Amino acid sequence: MKGWGIDMWGRLSLEALPHDIVTIGGVVGGGLAVLAGVAALTYFKKWGWLWREWITSLDHKKIGIMYMIVAVVMLLRGFADTLMLRAQQAVFGAGDGGPISADLFQQVFSAHGTIMIFFVAMGILFGALNLIVPLQIGARDVAFPLLNSISFWLFVAGMMLMNLSLAIGEFSTAGWLAYPPLSGLEYSPGTGVDYWLWSIQIAGIGSLLSGINFLVTIFTMRRKGMTLMKMPIFTWSVVGSMALVLWAFPILTATLAMLTLDRTIGTNFFTSDLGGNPMMYVNLIWAWGHPEVYILVLPAFGVFSEIVPVFSRKKLFGYKSMVMALMAITVLSFTVWLHHFFTMGAGANVNAFFGIMTMIIGIPTGVKVFNWIFTMYKGKVSFTSPMIWFMGFVVTFTLGGLTGVLLSVPGIDFQMHNSLFLVAHFHNMIIGGVVFGLFAGITYWWPKFTGFYLHEKLGKIAALCWIVGFLVAFVPIYILGLMGAARRLDSYDPSLGWQGLFVVAAVGVLIIGLGVVVQVAQVAYSIWKRKELRAPHDAWGGRTLEWYAHTPVPEYNFAVLDTVKSRDEFWQMKQENRFRSKSTLLPIELPKNTSAGFLIGMTAGLIGFAVIWHIWWLVVIGVIAVVGLVIWANLREETEFELSVGEILRHEKSMKRAGL
Amino acid sequence: MKQAAVKFTNYKSSLGFWIYLMTDCLIFASLFATYIVLLPGTAGGPGPKDIFQMPLVLTETLILLTSSFTVGLAMIALSKKNIKQAIWWLAATYILGVAFLTIELFEFGVLVSEGHSWQASAFLSAFFVLVGTHGLHILIGLIWLLVMVIVLLRRGLNSKSSRQLGLFAMYWHFLDLVWIFIFTIVYLMGVAS
Repeated sequence: MKGWGIDMWGRLSLEALPHDIVTIGGVVGGGLAVLAGVAALTYFKKWGWLWREWITSLDHKKIGIMYMIVAVVMLLRGFADTLMLRAQQAVFGAGDGGPISADLFQQVFSAHGTIMIFFVAMGILFGALNLIVPLQIGARDVAFPLLNSISFWLFVAGMMLMNLSLAIGEFSTAGWLAYPPLSGLEYSPGTGVDYWLWSIQIAGIGSLLSGINFLVTIFTMRRKGMTLMKMPIFTWSVVGSMALVLWAFPILTATLAMLTLDRTIGTNFFTSDLGGNPMMYVNLIWAWGHPEVYILVLPAFGVFSEIVPVFSRKKLFGYKSMVMALMAITVLSFTVWLHHFFTMGAGANVNAFFGIMTMIIGIPTGVKVFNWIFTMYKGKVSFTSPMIWFMGFVVTFTLGGLTGVLLSVPGIDFQMHNSLFLVAHFHNMIIGGVVFGLFAGITYWWPKFTGFYLHEKLGKIAALCWIVGFLVAFVPIYILGLMGAARRLDSYDPSLGWQGLFVVAAVGVLIIGLGVVVQVAQVAYSIWKRKELRAPHDAWGGRTLEWYAHTPVPEYNFAVLDTVKSRDEFWQMKQENRFRSKSTLLPIELPKNTSAGFLIGMTAGLIGFAVIWHIWWLVVIGVIAVVGLVIWANLREETEFELSVGEILRHEKSMKRAGL
Repeated sequence: MKQAAVKFTNYKSSLGFWIYLMTDCLIFASLFATYIVLLPGTAGGPGPKDIFQMPLVLTETLILLTSSFTVGLAMIALSKKNIKQAIWWLAATYILGVAFLTIELFEFGVLVSEGHSWQASAFLSAFFVLVGTHGLHILIGLIWLLVMVIVLLRRGLNSKSSRQLGLFAMYWHFLDLVWIFIFTIVYLMGVAS
């Protein structure tokens, strides 16, 4: 009989603590950062403030800012992973050893992909949605504020599990999508894949709930007069993106659940014997995974569609074709998933279908690129840092698009499959498309929520570092792919002559790293010099309603809700000088703070942790707690408080006095 | 019913709940697709024909369909503000739901005791998880129903409780619909093939 203690804590024992020097370094670094945060909060007596103003807040703007902070911190961790991967390949790959073992190398690339997609790109995306969408459609909040808070805390719970794997146990070595049978119990008996499964599952359910929330918000809470075809283009891109979330994320939820059951209770969905079918997993995960790419990139397109007209002093060229292109991409993105595994052997006809569909989906994307360029044409273009990001995006994204068309030909794909060419291609789309787009958006909307600009010159330097660094980092990766280098290699034969190109790629990463340092400096410097960088409420000469709101945006967003008359409503208001509202001021209902979202999220994370380590009694307690919390959250009465006309007037006046 | 439908909905929450149901539908769609793909994966063990007890399944089906009917009756009673009658119909729904779940668990128990558990083959994994996911939804529905009846008894009918009951009715009908697909695709087509 095993000791009671061992049974009670499932698989968890002191063995789970890290042993190798690199991981210990990571844990110590991360732990010290957390400790520093805790100490600072305690020293400045800010715990109550944190709890009241942030953790329990249902204000969409605060939730948006919290998403951003978490995502940016995770970006730094994901980037640290990149540095380790590239250092290994450039310095030690051709020799033997180095500080990173083969097993750790696999954990690092799995963590890099998972973090960058789920906790950085998705985090910044939902942060931007929370900040911008209600303001753009002239609403006071999202449709379901409590659900919004639950989504956020589920995202945080997933992120915490992901990082906990560093300190307790291990992370998956099966890549960011964990193909079985490698990710099955037989070949990955440890806790790594379980950490991957639960952190993604919990965060993914949060994304799914957010998808419902934002679609309902956009469809039911637009200001009067804002018909669908008068909606700002960023909001349209969000419609496409959230529709994809709703179609794709349920597939992810089901697929992860099946792999979890395979690993936990011994089902045989994706095992290689007893009738299981690993290729079913690959099909399902890409039926989610390909739309996921568009979930990320559509809002980035939306950001650029807002930025280019504002900085060209012209209305967006071809609004209707832009909307149609967005919707076409939304639908078509579900017809291309098989191009991720042409080599599966589905037959020439199936491959031909998916190859042709992949080429077709390039067409609406091309439409958008031309629309942006025609918007700039004959406009009064000002080369601000968001526009530098845009121009970097057009060049790199088009390059990536071309290599994508190349890969869409099944015959060529058979050569490129699983090579570094593919790695270069999708980094080209994600960095050149999504990351540049989100950075441009952050720079553009920053003054709206803080009241001051980000320092322009540093912003431009950062953008240039990213653009140049990206090209230096990934053009060699393309070439290496053509030379036959497979992805995920921690070592290779020196006689292949690859090391030079890997070194160039590592130099590129360092240039990007310089960009990251400049960005951190930019934020710090801008906060320091915030008085000199102060921004008016219409910071850039904007065209849409968010620029009509006060800066920083009050909790109720808009004091009165006037009828919208045109597509670029705020621009039109400025042209016609119609700022005096005819509507009367009414009391405003706002959601009260609640800890329900935080508690549900953290308990979900606890359930995940308990299942990973097979601590069954804790699972039972966790499930009962979550059910109880959901019931409690549902039975809450008086979920809103009323802001009286007097209070609104007082606030509006004080804003005016401050010259905002 | 049209009257009732208008009364029991709030535009935002019913649209949100409809969208949620559609995402749930996609979870079931993924499980159905997996089931169909894994159907031949019996690993030399029993196939659908060998293990399904159709009389039991038919009983289950009729019970669930009846429970959908009783939810409808409860909603009619509520629309007439007849809370007492509504609670009786909701209680009937609850009992039928519990009966359905009991039969399902009995069926699962028999299969496991005969050695046909979810571990035996991919086909059985897919069967247990598809049908079990539906059962889990029924269980959640029953907890939800219980809480709502208690709230109804304590706080009476207000805009919030009527809205929630309207959503619950949608949820329950949706589960009924999913079961019809399970009955057809898993059981009827399984036995017929």
